[in-house]
Amino acid sequence: MSRHKGGTPVRAAWFVVAGLVAFMVVLAGCGGGSSSSGGSSGGGGGEELQKLGKGEGQVNLISWAGYVEAGGGENPDWVTPFEEETGCKVNDKVAGTSDEMVKLMETGQYDGVSASGNATARLWAAHEVAPVNTALVPNYKTVFADLKDQPYNTFEGVPYGIPHGRGANLLMWNKEDVTPAPSSWEVTLNPEVASKYKGHITQYDDPMSIAEGALYLKAHEPKLGIENPYELNEEQFNAAVELMKEQAPNVGEYWSSAEQQIEGFANGSNQVGTTWQYQYFALKGENEPVEASPASQGFVPEEGATGWSDTWMISSHAKHPNCMYMWMNWIISPKVNAEVAEWFGEAPAQELACKETENPNFCTEYHAEEPAFWKNVYYWETPLAECSEGGETDCMDYNDWVRAWTEIKG
Amino acid sequence: MAATDSVAVKRSAGRRFAGLFYGRPRLQIGSLLAAPMAWLVILYLGSLVILLITAFWTVDPLSGSVIKELSWTNFEELVNVPVYREIIWRTVRTALLVTLTDAVIAFPIAFYMAKVAGRKSKAALVVAVLMPLWASYLVKIIAWRAILAEHGVLNWALHPIGLHGPDNGVTSVWLVMSYLWLPYMILPIFAGLERIPDSLIAASEDLGAHPFTTFRKVILPLAFPAVVAGSIFTFSLTLGDYLAPKLVSNEQFIGTAIFDSITNNQPFAAALALVPIVVVIAYLGVARKLGAFEHV
Repeated sequence: MSRHKGGTPVRAAWFVVAGLVAFMVVLAGCGGGSSSSGGSSGGGGGEELQKLGKGEGQVNLISWAGYVEAGGGENPDWVTPFEEETGCKVNDKVAGTSDEMVKLMETGQYDGVSASGNATARLWAAHEVAPVNTALVPNYKTVFADLKDQPYNTFEGVPYGIPHGRGANLLMWNKEDVTPAPSSWEVTLNPEVASKYKGHITQYDDPMSIAEGALYLKAHEPKLGIENPYELNEEQFNAAVELMKEQAPNVGEYWSSAEQQIEGFANGSNQVGTTWQYQYFALKGENEPVEASPASQGFVPEEGATGWSDTWMISSHAKHPNCMYMWMNWIISPKVNAEVAEWFGEAPAQELACKETENPNFCTEYHAEEPAFWKNVYYWETPLAECSEGGETDCMDYNDWVRAWTEIKG
Repeated sequence: MAATDSVAVKRSAGRRFAGLFYGRPRLQIGSLLAAPMAWLVILYLGSLVILLITAFWTVDPLSGSVIKELSWTNFEELVNVPVYREIIWRTVRTALLVTLTDAVIAFPIAFYMAKVAGRKSKAALVVAVLMPLWASYLVKIIAWRAILAEHGVLNWALHPIGLHGPDNGVTSVWLVMSYLWLPYMILPIFAGLERIPDSLIAASEDLGAHPFTTFRKVILPLAFPAVVAGSIFTFSLTLGDYLAPKLVSNEQFIGTAIFDSITNNQPFAAALALVPIVVVIAYLGVARKLGAFEHV
């Protein structure tokens, strides 16, 4: 009896589920057209702001660790004065990788982002960022000329962002474990040398790390003919991937959060690897025995280094565009740009910032005013099938890089 | 007569609505369950359905936008690209190992709790088993990171006898997961053993069975469904975990591989996310055969 009765509601429940499934299939099918809209060619989205209005009361940012500091502990504070001056409350979200930044921007909930060169082109192509009216950013005039109108911040002749600063990715090591002090990336990339530190090498968890391998091969395997580590043909790419695969067994940790790596070096698990200035100075501040390529080498190993030149971009869906413009002007104002640069340990974008730094030699040490130095630092960029030279289309694109990175990590 | 009529007329709308349910038990139960069912079906099953559909879409390599046409591409890649086979196998293998480890550790503890300990110490043990669940699981993984670190307490303790703890990797993941999910194995086994009447064990002994024979022929068969029930937790929790592999491993697991695909290829991430679901469904099928759901 009870069994018989039980049968009907169960069957009814299945009908409901089936109905809902059908409903969702239809719903999913209908959503089809929306994402592919927005123009067939080019990129960018929205109009540039014509006139700066009143602040909207807040601004939502995505940033690299150390770019948006509001005090607390021993940290500096350039957010509170901004909030007091403009009435725009700053809500900041720190991201660990460019992929994460792109993903967060796609939610449309943020007004702006401190994007590196491997995110800018993708954000532009996905119509996520709007052109910037540089006339509304007075401090833009005194930004270093070699940072303006670059392929990673200007598209089809239109500026899509405000340069923030630049630097090279560091090779850092624990002085107690790694001797003699390495002067080359071979300490992490040459399997014979690297196996000495098996399980204690740390590598940035991002496809961009393949460019580090390419940079090493550029110096050590000249017959491959690598010029730009982000523009690799199949043969060059495969060689770089092979090198990174050989490195994988020696890697103890692929890090993607600055805090995770700081902890790894502090507890001794990490001994040598790629890092950012932020982690280096944080560990130095805690008196950990870490060292990085010295100033005499320009802070980079002998092969040069990958690096970044970051750009503040404004979202094409920005709900607080006025506050975002005020922020972009604020972050490259001489005093604030000097503070950020010294705190993070990067070269400022603002020429006048060099007069405001606490260390009077800061800009000299970080080569802020030497365009020639930066030839040896390869800013992150999005690998494209179409190589810039001669418009060849035989380069490996970012999807190849992402796929290879998964295979490298194993 | 007239009086009752007027009462009927005066009945409020609410009472009349309530009257609809009179003598209709199926309507009663149906409307009672409508809200929780909607929750279950729309939020849980609905999102699974969307996941399933998304897994058949692809991403345009140039623009990165999703192409909403059904294709087997993602599944072909899952099967044909060796690294994904390796990641899946590594994850399943670890989940099985964690389950086995937890079962071996949990059984004696649960047996002591259920059959040996007195009333007071039993209560204390139940609290002790539950207590680790009060702390955030992220905090516990980070604590393990500190334990397993090069200068951590494990290597400090092993150093005098010339040993070295595991570096980041599968072994560390196995250790951390076995620790994390142990309570989920102890509690079902404890409940299962509690249900075995002491008289059965006494009878076995009276009939001259060796304690080991009693264990093998009486206790284990009766408690086995409970072990399987516990293994469902340990197995499926390990299969889908993201944080432990992220924090104590240099090798990829299904969870980390899904995360890495989300940015550039959501449909592929969806296809990858279906793998643990399929594996767990298969596991549940086996568990059902083994009688894990008989007392649920």
